[in-house]
Amino acid sequence: MSDHANIRPLGGRLLTKPVIFFSFFALLCVIVIFKRLILGLEDVTNLNGGYPWGIWIGFDLLVGTGFACGGWALAWLVYVFNKGEYHPLVRPALLASLFGYALGGLSIMMDMGRWWNLPYFYIPGYFNANSVLFETAACMTVYILVLVMEFAPAMLERFGLKIPLRVLNKFLFAVIALGALLPTMHQSSMGSLFVSAGHKIHPLWQSWEFLPVFSLLGALIMGCSIVIFEGALVTAGLKQRVPDERPLMNRLTAFIQVLVGMFIILRLHAVNISHKWAYVFEGDIYSWLFIAELALIAWPVIFIKRIRKNGPLLFMAAVSLLVGAAMYRIDLSIVAYHPGDGYQYFPSIEEVLLSFGLVAIEIVAYILLIKLLPILPGAATTNRINEFNRAEQG
Amino acid sequence: MKRRDFIKLAGSSAVIATSGTAVEARQSHPASPDAIGMLYDSTLCVGCQACVVKCKEVNHMAPNPEGEAQWEMNSQLSPYALNVIRRYDSGDGSVKDREQDGFAYIKRQCMHCVDPNCVSVCPVSAMTKDPVTGIVSNDPDICTGCRYCMVACPYNVPKYEYHDPFGQIQKCELCNQPGVERISNGLLPGCVEVCPTGAIIFGKRDELLAEAKRRLAMNAGDTYNYPRETLTAGREHEKAIPEYFPKVYGEHEGGGTQVLVLAGLPHEKLGLPDLPDQSYGARSETIQHTLYQGMILPFAALMGLTYLTRKNMFQADDAAEDDKDNRQNSHQNKHQNKHQNDKGNGGHHE
Ligand code: SF4
Ligand code: SF4
Ligand code: SF4
Repeated sequence: MSDHANIRPLGGRLLTKPVIFFSFFALLCVIVIFKRLILGLEDVTNLNGGYPWGIWIGFDLLVGTGFACGGWALAWLVYVFNKGEYHPLVRPALLASLFGYALGGLSIMMDMGRWWNLPYFYIPGYFNANSVLFETAACMTVYILVLVMEFAPAMLERFGLKIPLRVLNKFLFAVIALGALLPTMHQSSMGSLFVSAGHKIHPLWQSWEFLPVFSLLGALIMGCSIVIFEGALVTAGLKQRVPDERPLMNRLTAFIQVLVGMFIILRLHAVNISHKWAYVFEGDIYSWLFIAELALIAWPVIFIKRIRKNGPLLFMAAVSLLVGAAMYRIDLSIVAYHPGDGYQYFPSIEEVLLSFGLVAIEIVAYILLIKLLPILPGAATTNRINEFNRAEQG
Repeated sequence: MKRRDFIKLAGSSAVIATSGTAVEARQSHPASPDAIGMLYDSTLCVGCQACVVKCKEVNHMAPNPEGEAQWEMNSQLSPYALNVIRRYDSGDGSVKDREQDGFAYIKRQCMHCVDPNCVSVCPVSAMTKDPVTGIVSNDPDICTGCRYCMVACPYNVPKYEYHDPFGQIQKCELCNQPGVERISNGLLPGCVEVCPTGAIIFGKRDELLAEAKRRLAMNAGDTYNYPRETLTAGREHEKAIPEYFPKVYGEHEGGGTQVLVLAGLPHEKLGLPDLPDQSYGARSETIQHTLYQGMILPFAALMGLTYLTRKNMFQADDAAEDDKDNRQNSHQNKHQNKHQNDKGNGGHHE
């Protein structure tokens, strides 16, 4: 794929302050993992008989892989909708996706009480195709492999392995197509997971057949927003050494606009057809959470003109979209989940440390890899993008 | 995207739409004709906890190390207690089985649902329902401890042994799990064997359902020979018919349960949720089947995506090649190349 020709490793010092800071939390995370494996779940989590799933599922799996949808969102834009100008963003997004999914997978494994029986997920005669969790897990597994293959060219280029690179390029289109499809399946399933929880989910979040749709739209919103978010961070962190991708980001907001519009309209529609307005105006914590979720994703779309002119505002909009969409998933899986029988749940410090630690691992690995591997577009690309823009407009 | 591509994509979405509607909603599974079950009549229960103690004994459970020793009064089900008696209290709690200023008991255990959510959601088929007896049991040798069954059980029945790094799911398996096998050996479930008032009796589900309806049909105040242990054990005792809440809980709730419950007050007050007739699992499976039946939908989508990707990718390659040439030619002919590109030279080149 010759379009990646201008992409090269950034190089530079590896042990910077942020790397050291996040490595510390990454280390804590590893300690929690060992503690969990040796002593069991009770010593590290506040999970109980009523709340079998905590933040390792609600945050690490649902939000973690949601934030990891950047690679997927871009795959659709570049390869399905043929918006080639986004190509320079693909590799950095793929890398983030790969980490997000791999660590999401790791966190479910840590959450599984009897992880040594995990292979049964893949053995015919045992796995249960009726189970949404089976669909989610199997599909995620294949997608992680797809991400590895999509990312492999960066590795092969780095080590100058021309022949495997050429072979891979021959069928990469099939891998990319699969990579465009799979998250559609498991990201929607992450909503369907909660259909079977039935009345345990607060009526404003228990939207039954709408759950997969909301979850899918949320994933796309997170995917597009994270591309803007990461782009801005990398640009700020590396000053001048990478091109300014603002014009591209701005155009990404147009897609977000459509997605958010659909999400809000359908969410209100679902409330309307099942006559749940009373819950919206109840004035309790749930009605505020419901309104907050919608507000967080609505304002960036309402003020889209102003946002496009203003870099910091664009960044804030991306953060707000991410928080809003993430809140929806956490509310669905934890806050709005009420098993009854007097059960309570609040995450323990160790649960938080593991979740934060996984994010820290992602950040450290991301920083190190963009310095070592050809991932980010070099400064030389700037001209090309601008040319492209001019050509598009002209 | 060009018009031709759009038509193809629209075509595959049509396939998607039609194959989607072809799938029927998953109906609730019917109960097996030989389904066994239990009938718990809350109005007969005196809260003596004999069943709780016997259940622990039969299932080799330690006394709850986290609560107060043996008694499980008002505690939750736990990995140490597959059966608890909980007490409802209201106001001054003076009259039994009255909603206002009354009290009542409720036996909580696995309901052995006719169409169990826990079985529907278990990703590895570790939770199974016996096709004949309908007993729902868990196989720890397969179970991955994902605890989705706990999420999906409307009664919060399965409990995971969090305290043990090699913990497993615990739930009532109607005293018939390997090593206990009381039902297969013709014995009664532990809790039924010791119940002094016949508040919990054992039998075939359809016979117990008929018995429950009989009790509801009789007039409050009349006397009735209440059976103990089973309908035919011949150990009746005479007692006045109480004021029943007119519903056999478990006849239809969540697709029906094999443990049926009669009570003197609304069942929700006793912690048994008011469930729709279709089980949540059936509703969830309908969604999954609509999307994934025969993998037709995903396959059609994959074909469409592969077509578009292949096309756009090699076009992108060409564009990039052209682009490089452009730069080498000091940006001459750029528009020309772009133009060519738009016409679409689909072939692949190294
Ligand atoms: S009560 Fe819960 S654990 Fe028991 S069969 Fe029904 S869904 Fe499964
Ligand atoms: S915890 Fe075990 S029995 Fe329950 S759903 Fe998971 S694998 Fe199945
Ligand atoms: S049937 Fe057996 S395991 Fe179930 S509650 Fe009764 S005694 Fe306990």
